[in-house]
Amino acid sequence: MKKHTKELTPSDSSPVDLDAEFRASNIKEVLDKLDRELIGLKPVKTRIRETAALLLVDRVRKKLGLTAGAPSLHMCFTGNPGTGKTTVALRMAEILHRLGYVREGHLVSVTRDDLVGQYIGHTAPKTKEVLKKAMGGVLFIDEAYYLYKPENERDYGAESIEILLQTMENNRDDLVVILAGYKDRMEKFFHSNPGMRSRIAHHIDFPDYDADELLAIARLMLAAQNYRFSPEGEKAFGDYIRLRMKLEHFANARSVRNALDRARLRQANRLFEGAKKSLAKIDLMTLEAEDILASRVFLEGKLDGESNSGTETKK
Amino acid sequence: MMTNVGNLVTQGQFSFLPPLTDKQISAQLKYALKNGWAIGIEYTDDPHPRNTYWEMFGNPMFDLKDPAGILMEINSCRKTFPNHYIRVTAFNSTRGVESPTMSYIVNRPKTEPGFSVVRQEGAGRSISYTIHSYATDKPEGERY
Repeated sequence: MKKHTKELTPSDSSPVDLDAEFRASNIKEVLDKLDRELIGLKPVKTRIRETAALLLVDRVRKKLGLTAGAPSLHMCFTGNPGTGKTTVALRMAEILHRLGYVREGHLVSVTRDDLVGQYIGHTAPKTKEVLKKAMGGVLFIDEAYYLYKPENERDYGAESIEILLQTMENNRDDLVVILAGYKDRMEKFFHSNPGMRSRIAHHIDFPDYDADELLAIARLMLAAQNYRFSPEGEKAFGDYIRLRMKLEHFANARSVRNALDRARLRQANRLFEGAKKSLAKIDLMTLEAEDILASRVFLEGKLDGESNSGTETKK
Repeated sequence: MMTNVGNLVTQGQFSFLPPLTDKQISAQLKYALKNGWAIGIEYTDDPHPRNTYWEMFGNPMFDLKDPAGILMEINSCRKTFPNHYIRVTAFNSTRGVESPTMSYIVNRPKTEPGFSVVRQEGAGRSISYTIHSYATDKPEGERY
């Protein structure tokens, strides 16, 4: 055992090359990628940077023999639908892996169904199996508030939460748990499970995107699928987003993705029925204004997607 | 019967070595996981070498990435059966059946009384030999 109070020796003031450590971890690459591929989300990025910095400093400290307990990195992501919670969780796994906090860096994404059983004695093995799978990586529990159903006292969710809490505490080095859900419902969830709240060190709130950010996201999404807007198309889509944001069931980036999918449908139809017989590669790639203006959001001020708006809400 | 120094039952891998530490077990588990093998934990208190079918402790574990979960399970098995033999088996499914590929003991009773030779006289003064574990004189669950 080392003594807790160390006396200062000359080597204690020798410079530490944090920069070299930073470069060696390749973490910059991941953070840059995060900046590039995720639009907006300022508070989230700040928190990720802070976490990365902490882990990096911790690593340097460990090299110098300054041991401290591993920081608890369980997180809770709250935010409206389509604000990128799942996407960030995936990145988180990669970042934590690069920093050597988790050993394997895989993400196990589960919901209530995967954790809670249907009869007495079913829940514990089920939850444990998921936890074992997630060890060495990140366990992402989507819509975590469903775990606890206060209206049903015979619900097995509480048992699952108990096992989760125990593992979160005892196997802190082995896995990181990330809970995600809509803000108000997560509040209620934590209210009825105070133990859970206090065991999660990082509560990160995902803000809604504004119209410009959504347009930038749309561009990224299209680029990923080898599409692009024509200049008029882009303007039309900007208008579409502004109109769409005022309507109900707006799910941020998810609504954008759905709108783009429908625009692709219309583009295909236009190309198919159009008089122009000889198509160039660029025609196949370009979404024109008319593909977007045909949306019911413009025509009637209503949602797209036939009669129901179910396409907009999360499955 | 016993040819090793500590008079320990030898079965599976590493059984002539001193008991594996948790770190060594982890390393072995990691090797198995890297090869995509499923891992099961089994226990018994009947040390006869022909006792092939041990009791399973929970289900075999598939699709794991990290040995920590298995080690957790091993430790909970040790806690439940501190005086039993516990072994870890890795199953390879590439041939379409789950065939045991690795198997080693991770827990033993504190004392292993060993085996005696039993002679049975047959017709024509012939003798057949077998081994008998002293431990199995007591009923199951009270042996160690």
